[in-house]
This record gives sequence, C-alpha cells and structure tokens, in this order.
Amino acid sequence: MEANIAIPSDGKNTWDGGGVRPFGASYGKMMMWFFIVSDALTFSGFLAAYGLTRFKFIDSWPIADEVFTHIPFIHGEFPMYYVAFMTFVLIFSSVTMVLAVDAGHKMQKNKVAWYMFATIIGGLIFVGSQAWEWNTFIKGSYGAVKTTDGKILQFARDGKQIALSDFVVGNRMDSRVEHTRKNGLWWNSGETLPQYSVAQVTASYKADPTIQIRSEQINLDKKKKIILSREKGLAELTKGKMVVEGANLKVNEYGNTIFADFFFFITGFHGFHVFSGILINIIIFFNVILGTYEKRGHYEMVEKVGLYWHFVDLVWVFVFTFFYLV
Amino acid sequence: MAHAHESHTKRIWNVFWILSLITIVEVALGILKPDILHLTNFLGTSPLNWIFIILTLAKAYGITWAFMHMEGEKKWFRRSVVWTAVFLICYLVTLLLIEGGYLFETLAPLVRW
Repeated sequence: MEANIAIPSDGKNTWDGGGVRPFGASYGKMMMWFFIVSDALTFSGFLAAYGLTRFKFIDSWPIADEVFTHIPFIHGEFPMYYVAFMTFVLIFSSVTMVLAVDAGHKMQKNKVAWYMFATIIGGLIFVGSQAWEWNTFIKGSYGAVKTTDGKILQFARDGKQIALSDFVVGNRMDSRVEHTRKNGLWWNSGETLPQYSVAQVTASYKADPTIQIRSEQINLDKKKKIILSREKGLAELTKGKMVVEGANLKVNEYGNTIFADFFFFITGFHGFHVFSGILINIIIFFNVILGTYEKRGHYEMVEKVGLYWHFVDLVWVFVFTFFYLV
Repeated sequence: MAHAHESHTKRIWNVFWILSLITIVEVALGILKPDILHLTNFLGTSPLNWIFIILTLAKAYGITWAFMHMEGEKKWFRRSVVWTAVFLICYLVTLLLIEGGYLFETLAPLVRW
C-alpha cells in the first residue's frame, strides 16, 4: 500500500479515538451525515416522482385538502388541522432531542434520559397519528363510482361533495351477497362487496334531481373540480363499473389511483423511518440509563442518533409541503 | 469544538418558536387560500406555492443549521453535505418536472372528459 500514497501514514491515529479527525468530525458523525445525504436523495427521488406524476395529471389530480379533512373523535370537515398537529409533534420531539444532546454536553445524565424519553413519546404519537391517517384514508369518507374508462365519479349536492349513504336508497338490484368463509365450499371468503351496487347508485341518482356528479377534472382557472350537468352526469354514470369505497393500491375514491399509491409509499417510507428512529432512540435511552455514556466520558451517541431523528423531521417538513400544501 | 460545553437552550427554544410560527402561517394560508395568491400565476406556479416552498426551505435551514448543528461544523464538511445534496436534488427535480409537463402536454389531448 505504501507505494501508492504520497505521504505515508500508518492510519493509527485516524478515527480510532486519536488526534486526527478529518473535518474535525468523528467517524460515526461523518458517516451519519453521509448516510443522511443518501437517504435524502432517496426521499427526493420519491417526491420528485410524485411531482412528475402530478404534472402529468395536472388537470385531474386530487385536491389534498379535500382528501385529508378529518380529526379523530370529531365529525365534520377540518382540512389540514390534523396534519399540522402531526407536524408540531415532530418538531417538538426534535426540540426535546436537541435538549437531550445539549444536556449530554453538560454530562447531565438524568436530563438526557428524560429528554430522550420525551422524544420517544413524541415519536410514538406521530406514528400513531400516521396509522390513524392511513386507516381513515383506506376506509374513505364519501364513496364514488369508477367507470369503464377509469374515471372516478363523485357525488355532490349544491356544489358540495356528499357521501353515497347521503342519497342512495332502495336495494342492490343485483342480489349479490358478500361471500363469507362460513358459507363457502372450501372455507374461502370472497372479495369485499361495497355497500351499494352501481345499478342502485344510478337509480338513486335518477330519482333525486338535486344530486350532481363531480368529475375528477379540475377547472384550472378556479382550481376546483368540475361539476357535470345532470345529463352529462347520467351519461358518465351509465359507464359505471364499480362502486369504490376508500382507497387502496388498486382503486381510490378520491381520484387517481396513483395518488393513493404515492400516499402509501411516501408516508409509509417516512413512517418506517420514524419507527426505526423510535427503536434506535429506545436503545440509546436504555444506554443512557445504564450509564454507558457516562463511563465513556461523552454523549456523542446521543448526538448521532439525534442527527437521524432531526433528519426524519426534516423529511416530514418536505412531505407536508408537497403532499398536503402545494 | 470550542463551545462544546456551552448551553444552547435559549437558542433551541427560539428556533422552535420560529419553526412553529412558520408552520402556523403555512397552515393558515393552506386553509384560507386567498384567491389573489392561489389563482394567479407567477414563474410557472401560483404565488401561494412559492410561499410554501420558500417557507419550507426556511424551516429546513432552521432544522439543519440549529438542530443538526451544521453551523458548528467545519466549513468544507458542511459544504460536502449541503452542496452535494442541494445540487443533486435540484438536478433531479428539474428533469423530472420538465418530463412531467411534457407527459401532460402529450397525453392530456388524448383523454376525453
């Protein structure tokens, strides 16, 4: 090896706790930063792909504050409040994390432990909220009809979106019953049947002249979804293929299926980061309590896991903007 | 680091209040969506979107510089991280958004509403 380098060094004093530290940063800290750079690129890959797809469907993309409108335990529409709350939780847990690092510099073991504990709690509240948000999104709130040419038709009264249950009456007319395990030949269960059939929705639409159909298309001047005339609406509805309730990777009552795919993928990947951050925080928390870093003489490990935790917060700031605000 | 044992508690809370304030402004604008900002166009998107993007970058700066303590790192260490990430992300985003716009122009005329 010596032949290949201009200035021979035995490397003993680089990053082994000795005096030489490139950029004045320890090995662990520097590698955490470089990991964060690569992870940031992964996330920007996702968000940029989201941007590409949104630009591709710019005239029909779901409007985010019409999609995420719920708050736990409260009925009604409150766009964005809950996501804003989640953002606060994450920022606050970032603060307790820096305070832990700060207390570590002063070698205050108990303070570090308490701040780490608060950070873990903040993380748990965030993932819990995320789970609730997913659950609400998967269940859906209004219901829609998907047509044979892949469009989503939503229903409205006086220009405001209403749920299928607000106007659909009568019986299914297709006499389909959900096939459950207990009456199946091989104890297999069938696919979940939506509450209503397309024929039933169409009949209810015809019966009530106040119902309008809201298409996916956006009026780009007003940035509002276009509401179809009664006749045009009926023409679209006759192409109805299935009733959609909620969202999954294949259908999405809020509009473009790929919107749901990106929602699951991006917030899921971020939620997974939060989850692993919590696990790492718990490990470090116990190390603090056991006095590992007290014996080591410094709390740099808390600082390194802190970097990761702040990065998770940093990513959320961008997800919040590009998924919910813009 | 020379100031390793100094307490930064006050500064940490200051940054927290600034970040919270920015978030409140973002949410308020996101709910109100004033027509003059939302329905007008400025450099390819609405002024509202530009406000959101700028505020987001301000928050990202606060988190990176204060919370992640980038301000205290050596200049070239900071640059090796920040410049690399910022350059690559701008590059990627520019290409993909241009491509997305092209896809829309090409495909949208084929969709019958």
